Amino acid sequence: MWEFLIPLFAATVQSGTPILYATLGEMMTEKGGVLNLGVEGIMSVAALAAFWVSYTTGSPWLGFLAGGTAGMVFASLHGFVCITCLGNQVVSGLALTILGGGLTHYLGVSYVGLSAPGFNPFIFPLLSQIPVLGEVFFKHDMLVYISFVIPFLFWFFFKRTSLGLHVAATGEMPAAAAAAGLKPLLLRYFAVLSGGFLMGLGGAYLSLAYTHLWTSGLSGGRGWIAVALVIFAFWRPGRAVVGAYLFGGVMAFQLRLQAIGTNLPSSLLLMLPYLLTILVLILSAWRGRRIDAPAALGTNIEPEG
Amino acid sequence: MLKIRKRDEPWKWGALVVFLGALLFSLLVSSLLLAWQGKDALFGLNVLWQGSFGNLWALEGVLLKSIPLFLCSLGVAVAFRMQIWNIGAEGQFALGAIGATWMALQFPDLPGFILLPIMFTMAFLLGGAWAFIPAFLKLKLRVNEIISTLMLNYVAILLLDYLVFGIWKDPASHGFPMTPEFTSGAVIPFIGSSRVHWGLLFCLVVGVGLWGFMRFTRLGFELQASGEGARVARYAKIRYGRLVILVMCMSGGFAGWAGCVETSAILNRLQPSLMVGYGYTAIVVAWLARLEPLNIAFAAFLLAALRVGVENMQLELQIPAAFGVIMEGMILLTVLAGQFFLTYKLERKTRQD
Repeated sequence: MWEFLIPLFAATVQSGTPILYATLGEMMTEKGGVLNLGVEGIMSVAALAAFWVSYTTGSPWLGFLAGGTAGMVFASLHGFVCITCLGNQVVSGLALTILGGGLTHYLGVSYVGLSAPGFNPFIFPLLSQIPVLGEVFFKHDMLVYISFVIPFLFWFFFKRTSLGLHVAATGEMPAAAAAAGLKPLLLRYFAVLSGGFLMGLGGAYLSLAYTHLWTSGLSGGRGWIAVALVIFAFWRPGRAVVGAYLFGGVMAFQLRLQAIGTNLPSSLLLMLPYLLTILVLILSAWRGRRIDAPAALGTNIEPEG
Repeated sequence: MLKIRKRDEPWKWGALVVFLGALLFSLLVSSLLLAWQGKDALFGLNVLWQGSFGNLWALEGVLLKSIPLFLCSLGVAVAFRMQIWNIGAEGQFALGAIGATWMALQFPDLPGFILLPIMFTMAFLLGGAWAFIPAFLKLKLRVNEIISTLMLNYVAILLLDYLVFGIWKDPASHGFPMTPEFTSGAVIPFIGSSRVHWGLLFCLVVGVGLWGFMRFTRLGFELQASGEGARVARYAKIRYGRLVILVMCMSGGFAGWAGCVETSAILNRLQPSLMVGYGYTAIVVAWLARLEPLNIAFAAFLLAALRVGVENMQLELQIPAAFGVIMEGMILLTVLAGQFFLTYKLERKTRQD
């Protein structure tokens, strides 16, 4: 039993990590009042940028940063369309996903099958000695350990720093924030860009740690799962961790079932994460905590005059 | 310094100017992309143009591709009008194809004039049913329809895979995932000696039918009135929930029809290559057309032309098909940004300000 479960839980943490980065990125964006449905596109573009930089420079760390930066640059398009031009946030996000998917396929085609230096497991000293927990949590690559810290930073940012409070204020009542002398448009740009950076890190994880070689369609719906998880998490980082590992678990479980060979057709197993997403939405709707959503989420700030 | 001012009166040709501007901008950026890749951009644009409008063969191809785009987009637009974000046309399209194939495999001996209506009905029902799920979840549990429709796209494509890799696989296909070829009764015939099939006329009927429905029926009127959202509808004493279900099922049914047409007339069998993203392009079409049926026909034709043109570029310039997707995304994004100028204008700041 344990021989099956411990590797499964370890794989859960690994496949949950990109989802965790992306979920926190979307949460960051939404906290500022902007809905970004372009996560899927941003993750794909970032995965390619990370791969390309790691491939050409030989440094996975530079690749990781490049992924985040690409995510931020790509998200800035959404920022420009929605914040500056007051475009429809839903449609702009979809456009970003379409554009990102296209760009990734187009520019990535010559890298398919190539491999780049990525991140290898780093056995964490001492902590990895803890029975079970050590095996599950502390025999991963560095990016996983970084993802352990980010939810705390996220929490700290919104609870304890004035910038965090200001960002949340523009997500709740931009007019009041403006009246209080804040700059809601700038704050929203900050939310969209930093959120895009986190999504980009999630994308980079896919090409640098999850696989070390380039294939098209790496994100495989994870961006959309992240959007759903923000609702599931009631805009709280702690619950985002739970949600991300829940999905990581299902993905890992499904892969393992295929590996040990079952009679179930693989296409039915592959449906699991998508069906689970719907189930998760049903569950979170059931609890009826819609009040936790930023009040101004999805609405643009109209200029005066 | 520039100052933003709200327009006092709408800008008459604004929508068209923005649309053409977006098109030009996207063409410019994509030629830069080509040039960056070391290709001759001007030659590329010429290939794109020749490929879509250069000759009769090309035009027929464009018409063929605009049929599924038109149907899917009509469905998307009906939902968007009520501010229901049905992003699931792709999945509903797949379910329509599955429904049509099911009937074609079930009754291979029926003549076309009986079998085709049965296939279209089943395609509408299954496409509609697939859209009913998110509509129901939205109404009863307030589940966000954007994500549920999207997730159902993935599920639908996997379901299609499951069928063609499994119980519907043609034993004579040498292991390829495809159903047996349809019998002649299950195939939509061509118009005269052209490459275009009768699905084109079907589009016309559906389009006019929808226009009449919106214009002359009470339900259609309620639907238009609810376009402003749930609250307005409730003030007007319209049963919003019933409309959501109706609109979503209609939306899914239209996409289902598109799936039926493509399987029957183009592929003559069900196989995974059916899924080429019409459902997503339909969103671009619907938004470019500002959700107006007549504009949808025009925009569907234009984006179909883009797809056919890019296929030509693929051959001549050895570029991936994704080039067309990039252009679609870029056009949509620039149109969104450009629509700013429909409500606002920039003015030079004067001294008094």
